[in-house]
Amino acid sequence: MKKPLIPLAVLAVLAVLPFSGLSTYMMHILILVLMWTTIGMSWNLLGGYCGQVSFGHAAYFGVGAYTAGLLYFKLQASAWWGIPLSVAVVSVFAFVLGYIVLKLRGPFFALATLASGEVLRITTENWNGFTNGTLGILIQERTWVAKTQYYYIILAITAFTFLLVRRLVASKWGYYFVAVREDQDAAESLGIDTTKYKTIALVVSAALTGICGAFYTNYMGFIDPHIVFALHDISIITIMIVMVGGVATQWGPLVGAGIMVLLAEWIRSIPGLGASHQAFFGVLLVLIILFLPNGIVGDFRKITRLFGRARA
Amino acid sequence: MSESLLQVKNAYKFFGGLAAVTDVSFEIRKGEILALIGPNGAGKTTVFNVVNGFYKPSRGEVWFKGRNISGLKPHKICRMGMARTFQVVKPLQRMSVLDNVVASAFLRAESREKAVEIAEETLKFTGLYEDRDVISKGLPLGKRKRLEIARALATQPELLLLDESFAGLNPAELDESIGIIRRIKERGITIFIIEHHMKVIMAISDRIVVINYGQKIAEGSPEEIQANPAVVEAYLGEDHHA
Repeated sequence: MKKPLIPLAVLAVLAVLPFSGLSTYMMHILILVLMWTTIGMSWNLLGGYCGQVSFGHAAYFGVGAYTAGLLYFKLQASAWWGIPLSVAVVSVFAFVLGYIVLKLRGPFFALATLASGEVLRITTENWNGFTNGTLGILIQERTWVAKTQYYYIILAITAFTFLLVRRLVASKWGYYFVAVREDQDAAESLGIDTTKYKTIALVVSAALTGICGAFYTNYMGFIDPHIVFALHDISIITIMIVMVGGVATQWGPLVGAGIMVLLAEWIRSIPGLGASHQAFFGVLLVLIILFLPNGIVGDFRKITRLFGRARA
Repeated sequence: MSESLLQVKNAYKFFGGLAAVTDVSFEIRKGEILALIGPNGAGKTTVFNVVNGFYKPSRGEVWFKGRNISGLKPHKICRMGMARTFQVVKPLQRMSVLDNVVASAFLRAESREKAVEIAEETLKFTGLYEDRDVISKGLPLGKRKRLEIARALATQPELLLLDESFAGLNPAELDESIGIIRRIKERGITIFIIEHHMKVIMAISDRIVVINYGQKIAEGSPEEIQANPAVVEAYLGEDHHA
């Protein structure tokens, strides 16, 4: 198959899937896979291509989710307006945060992003008057009962993100992102304004993640600080999805999200093991780092070679 | 005498209490090859870093094309027309040789096509075209040094700073690199070079600045420098007389 046709083929398959009589539960799983794919692709832009490993994407997810939630809760507007509004709110937020944390390099940047997510969680939990605190926000009336509409909305968001990231990576910005990742001093001396391009990568990545947060509020109908600002369930899972799928690869986030969501659901369904799915994720991450450091997509040749040898 | 492209005026650089560069002044004229030499640890790379903006001079000024650039960020100075290579090579490791050069060619290119065109031309010029699809991590040292030069050239500089681009090269690679430097000069690009290899320095440079312990001890043509007792002393020790 010709290369440009692969994304179209994947999109076509995803577009007709709801017509194949899937159960409500399966539709729910697919929606989660697509949402995580989008978050993974956004993280990949900043962490994979630009090399700025963020441990705090829950911050952007949460701010997006609360933008939608508060719009409904405070202004009685439809939470769907949160999707366009979250782009603006999260972009401004990421820009300001980036001004502080992007001066740090490597592990210090990672720790600062981790802290920013936690600070937001604790703030949201305690700022009762504004955020309703730990009680969270409940959307009283759901827009649709069926899953199909939600599925197509997240599919559109995912397709848009895929195209955007693909175009960015092939452009001048993409080259500059990778140059920053490989060596910031060399990039500077080649005339690349490293602070500027790191900020761009951060803001785009954050805004796309924020859209997913706003979608989440509409889809789930309930958010609280513990869910949307979660370190382990959002920030860390985002990194795992990209690591498992393949850092700085086009299809890595989709593959990673598919595996992680299905794995989480499967482990949760095993009696007595349910709560320990995080432990399994940890083991999986260790195995990936040891044997497939470039992820399933990045090390695909290695995998096929292994199986080829086994058969011969 | 041709006009001056860069002036370093009474530059100092302190690290804590340590003076790495003390009251160094010199100028680079348009079209020449100026070499900066001195024993190990004399402060040559520090001078480079002050010139290209990695360090702001603690005191003194750097002027480039008639503008005070002290304290400007390296990317701004590069945009003005100054590019450099690194002594410890810094290729963009997980990018191919071509992509390395494309990334830097984007500085002056409007489109990707234009950037690729500039990059391919630069790779042919530096003799790396055959290796364009190699991931730069896998290049041998000699070619990595040349990739540094190619990458700097692709930003289309007026002044090129070369930090020990000849160290660790074998005799064949050495001759090849000397040829490349000469051809860069023929293109009208001014070159400021740090080098240990005396044979190379004497062969290619128009003028030489010598520093020791962060201070300038001599300046002149290769012949003058070779005959300068202060230089001989700095390199060989006090009791040795040439």
